[in-house]
Amino acid sequence: MRTARRQRIYPHNRTAYLFLLPWLIGLFCLTLGPMLGSLYLSLTKYNLLSAPEWIGFANFKTIFTDDSTFTGSLKLTFKYVILSVPLRLIFALLVAMALNKGIKALGIYRTVYYIPSLLGGSVAISIVWRQIFDTDGLINGFLGWFGIHGPAWIAHPDYLIYPIVTLSIWQFGSAMVIFLAGLKQIPADLYEASQVDGAGKVRQFFKISLPMLTPVIFFNLIMSIINSFQAFTPAYVIGDGHGGPLDASMFYTLYLYLKGFSYFDMGYASALAWIMLVIIAVFTGIIFATSRFWVFYGDGKEGR
Amino acid sequence: MLTFRRYSGSGLRHLLIVAIGLAMLYPVLWLLASSFKPNQDIFTDTGLWPSTWTLDNYRNGWRGFQGITFARFFGNSALVSILAVLGNIVTCSFAAYAFARLEFRFKKIWFAMMLVTIMLPYHVTLVPQYIIFSELHWINTYLPLFLPKWLAHDSFFILLMVQFIRGIPKELDESATIDGCSQQKLYFRIIMPLLLPALITTAIFTFIWTWDDFFSQMIYISDIKLFTVQLGIRALFDPSGTSDWGALMAISVLSLLPITLIFLVFQRYFLDGIATTGLK
Repeated sequence: MRTARRQRIYPHNRTAYLFLLPWLIGLFCLTLGPMLGSLYLSLTKYNLLSAPEWIGFANFKTIFTDDSTFTGSLKLTFKYVILSVPLRLIFALLVAMALNKGIKALGIYRTVYYIPSLLGGSVAISIVWRQIFDTDGLINGFLGWFGIHGPAWIAHPDYLIYPIVTLSIWQFGSAMVIFLAGLKQIPADLYEASQVDGAGKVRQFFKISLPMLTPVIFFNLIMSIINSFQAFTPAYVIGDGHGGPLDASMFYTLYLYLKGFSYFDMGYASALAWIMLVIIAVFTGIIFATSRFWVFYGDGKEGR
Repeated sequence: MLTFRRYSGSGLRHLLIVAIGLAMLYPVLWLLASSFKPNQDIFTDTGLWPSTWTLDNYRNGWRGFQGITFARFFGNSALVSILAVLGNIVTCSFAAYAFARLEFRFKKIWFAMMLVTIMLPYHVTLVPQYIIFSELHWINTYLPLFLPKWLAHDSFFILLMVQFIRGIPKELDESATIDGCSQQKLYFRIIMPLLLPALITTAIFTFIWTWDDFFSQMIYISDIKLFTVQLGIRALFDPSGTSDWGALMAISVLSLLPITLIFLVFQRYFLDGIATTGLK
């Protein structure tokens, strides 16, 4: 009797779970299981060779009180996120606005601007970046035209962050494509009506384009922050691969990698991973919580 | 007067757009040009047109190291990427079909979990996954690199396809059901053919992301015979000492070539795919 009722409510139960089976296996074996596993490991000392040794919160205690590399890598990663995410999004938005005003061969520009996002994640581009920012590389040659003596971007620990940030901004194309699609969805009559009412271009931008784009900005912001916290290849290749010079390329993920896979301190690395998860969750949580104050949904619905 | 102003305004904007475009492409073009320059010219001749052309870099680079040529590394990367692509298009579309069209118990919970996993940084699962794979003796095999894709681990693509399937008119399903089509057949007969654009988007993104996935490849592969292109390049490149820059540049160009070609051929799917996932 009960099964019969259940079958009426969920007529496709069996088929659905059949289709979901690979994903469910993945969810338990690759995501939920390992998450619990790393939570457990974060409370242990484990080097892959001998069994994990329970040490309670000792890893976390060391991380928070006695690990200057952790503090440094966290600061560096924050600096990277705070510099690269807004600049990248602002740049993406400005170029999208410029392209959206009607231009011949829009497709070609869209393609050209997207190419960096396509290639930027590769080891090859990180190597190129290292070269063009080298002391006598292209960037300093360019600055030299204006009589500016550029610093040693790669070798000097104070400057290394800037080539890495630039590499991230260079890849603004993917965000731009999303902005462009968002701009296309804004009804033209909004602009026409406001023009009749005497609104200027600047006013139109702040009163129409920007509010209408907030859902897209919201999405881009969340994804950019999550991805930026996880940046690895640029730090690994543009730096020396060990976080140097003087920890100037010691991004959080690089530190985690070195702890786990160079020193084989798997428990410590797991603790670092969970701290990172909490940080990212707090960041996205704040953005989600504030979104109802600044994200505007045209269909009148609150939230999604 | 008015037309003139409008014209000059758009001219300036045009100029700016072109200038930014060129600046964006400059590093890529520089890489391309450098790959054809003799080694001693690469850092002295910053122009985009080599004064002396040479193919030596390609010859030297392709030779690889320790007796293994880059042909092997390219083959390895292609194998891993293609296996990953097949896994993602099959299992992610299966899951997406269930979420978009079927009614089942706990659907809301599973769906919410799927959304959360999109935002989950992979580092929280990294260490235990590594331990599991090493217990299974899968280190120095490609299984850790492509098997997760056969378990729909990239839930981002599930969401992409759920959005797409929701856009397919339900009347098609209903008429097929009336004609006696089962829910399984419905997927293969109706949904999958119409899902093609989303499948192509998924395939392209998966290929590129797997091709570029330096981090996982570095963790799981240390046997030179199994090296991928990314690992090969990293091995050619010595950050502290002297690398054969010309060879490095040449191989870098080759490593970017497959991705660029795929992008140029399928860019419509590609760029529209990004746009639709960003919106709804």
